[in-house]
Amino acid sequence: MDWQTYLFAFLVGGGICFLCQLILDLTKLTLGYLLTGLTVLGGILGGLGLYDPLIKLAGGGATMPIISFGNSLAKGAIAEAEKTGVLGVLTGMFELTSTGITAAIIFSFLMALVTRPKG
Amino acid sequence: MPAKKLNPKQAAYQKKVKKYEPKPNALRNAFFAFVSGGVVCLLGQALTDFFGAVMDLPPEKAANPAVASMIFIGALLTALGLFDRIAKFAGAGLAVPVTGFANSMVSAALEFREEGLILGVGAKLFSLAGSVITFGVVTAFIVGLLHAILPGG
Amino acid sequence: MKMGKKTGEQTFQFANPPVIIATGTVAGPFEGQGPLAEEFDLVLGDLHNGENSFERAERSMLVQACRLALDHASRGSAEVDLFLAGDLLNQIISSSFTAATLSIPYLGIYGACSTVAEGLTLASMILDGGFAGAILVATSSHNATAERQYRYPTEYGGQRRPYQQWTVTGAAAALLGYTGHGPRVTAATVGKVVDMGCKDPLNLGAAMAPAAAETIACHFQDTGWDPDSFDLILTGDLGEIGFKLCRELLAEKDIHLGENFSDCGLLIYDREKQDVHAGASGCATAGLVAFGRLFRQFQRGELTRVLLVATGALHSPTSFLQGENIPCIAHAVRIEA
Repeated sequence: MDWQTYLFAFLVGGGICFLCQLILDLTKLTLGYLLTGLTVLGGILGGLGLYDPLIKLAGGGATMPIISFGNSLAKGAIAEAEKTGVLGVLTGMFELTSTGITAAIIFSFLMALVTRPKG
Repeated sequence: MPAKKLNPKQAAYQKKVKKYEPKPNALRNAFFAFVSGGVVCLLGQALTDFFGAVMDLPPEKAANPAVASMIFIGALLTALGLFDRIAKFAGAGLAVPVTGFANSMVSAALEFREEGLILGVGAKLFSLAGSVITFGVVTAFIVGLLHAILPGG
Repeated sequence: MKMGKKTGEQTFQFANPPVIIATGTVAGPFEGQGPLAEEFDLVLGDLHNGENSFERAERSMLVQACRLALDHASRGSAEVDLFLAGDLLNQIISSSFTAATLSIPYLGIYGACSTVAEGLTLASMILDGGFAGAILVATSSHNATAERQYRYPTEYGGQRRPYQQWTVTGAAAALLGYTGHGPRVTAATVGKVVDMGCKDPLNLGAAMAPAAAETIACHFQDTGWDPDSFDLILTGDLGEIGFKLCRELLAEKDIHLGENFSDCGLLIYDREKQDVHAGASGCATAGLVAFGRLFRQFQRGELTRVLLVATGALHSPTSFLQGENIPCIAHAVRIEA
């Protein structure tokens, strides 16, 4: 942990959001399309082993954007496949992403129990 | 989706519509997205380091509780009715990080609460986030399969 | 078939023009911060209106608006022959549940945001035809229910496009009678569905503008009246982009509208201070302006002839997802003092 990681976290994370905002404003693509596309991109980058170097450089700047979700899905599937063969693609799929998905489901459910939309 | 061809009258009108459609201030919006997205990721990095130090985890493991924390923050902001107000300015800066993933799920959960816990919250939780998961899994499946089949991985 | 009351292609003139006896209007809190706040009977303090869902809130507003209209006319619901109402929600549930509460014989109508003109037209035909003596016409929309049905959950953090419009929270009702005092509906032009190839459900003003232009042009052609015959020609909820497009489309037909041309969607909010982008939309837009502001202006003697051209986008979320164009409609009613 050093200050450079923080600098790159800000620059890389901000930069990704900067580009995404330009895509949203300059095309008719909606957020749903964009986020889906980013996840697919993450999966491909993960398959090619290209996203991890960015995580090493920028830390949170690379792990927070949704691209990281696609990357983690792919990495989980690949790692397990290397250990146990083709079936590993199925068993390893959510290996690395279960924290995010589980947390999102639990928090959503709890929030729905205690509050309602403000409008 | 069948794309029906426009007749000449319709095509001429669509040109007219383009002329009147105001353009967003893309550079200003992108700047806001840069700053807010940068701050969100900075916070994510700080949380990663925090969990790494407290729980004695290597960075790649410490990112997990950090992601969960950011999801909690996104969920809380959504439940308090603040997320959409901040996102009005932050745009992609709040939507592209996992906070946006949390927002898409919590906003659906709240919205459909009135339709019951089973058929409302339970069934519609993924109405927006579902496509991200579906396409992510399909991509990862293909990528993983290629790795397993192709020689040398 | 040529009938006595039909003139030209699409216009109906009433031999005994029905009277708008009384109105009732309920506006949401955000609408209450706009420039027309004084013209509404009731401004809500809370989007939920004391109910636990937005759908129930919309329904309760509609009931309130109807009761206000009846109270202003000092009539009970038993003295009303028919209730004509419509709204934006699937299967027009706001209107149907309201009809159940009011217990008046009910005909549900759907014209999206053109509902207020559709209701006035049908009520006037029924009254002029001698089938009823008093008819209650009503419509409603709610920002949160419409956003959820047509777009995203209310707390979803997507950004709005600069050409998007803001769905009005409000309900409006009017009691029309065969006799009485008040402004009269003298003619109505029923629009045809127009499809100019628009697909973007975030830019409905542009989709609806051609329908408004067609109906306005048709009204002039059928009746021989011209733009200068009116104090005010008011479209429904075209918003800024649709309004400009409508003016241009009419100019191409050599109909030049001046200062007396306006749009309800541009009147409800203070567009400098309230961040609503291209203006207002939703059934309540034309409803609140017509039954709130116009009705009062008629009462004060400030208006004598108005052409109200309410516009509606007739798509559904399903038709949009299946790649269909947005079919649009506009109905015009002529209201005279």
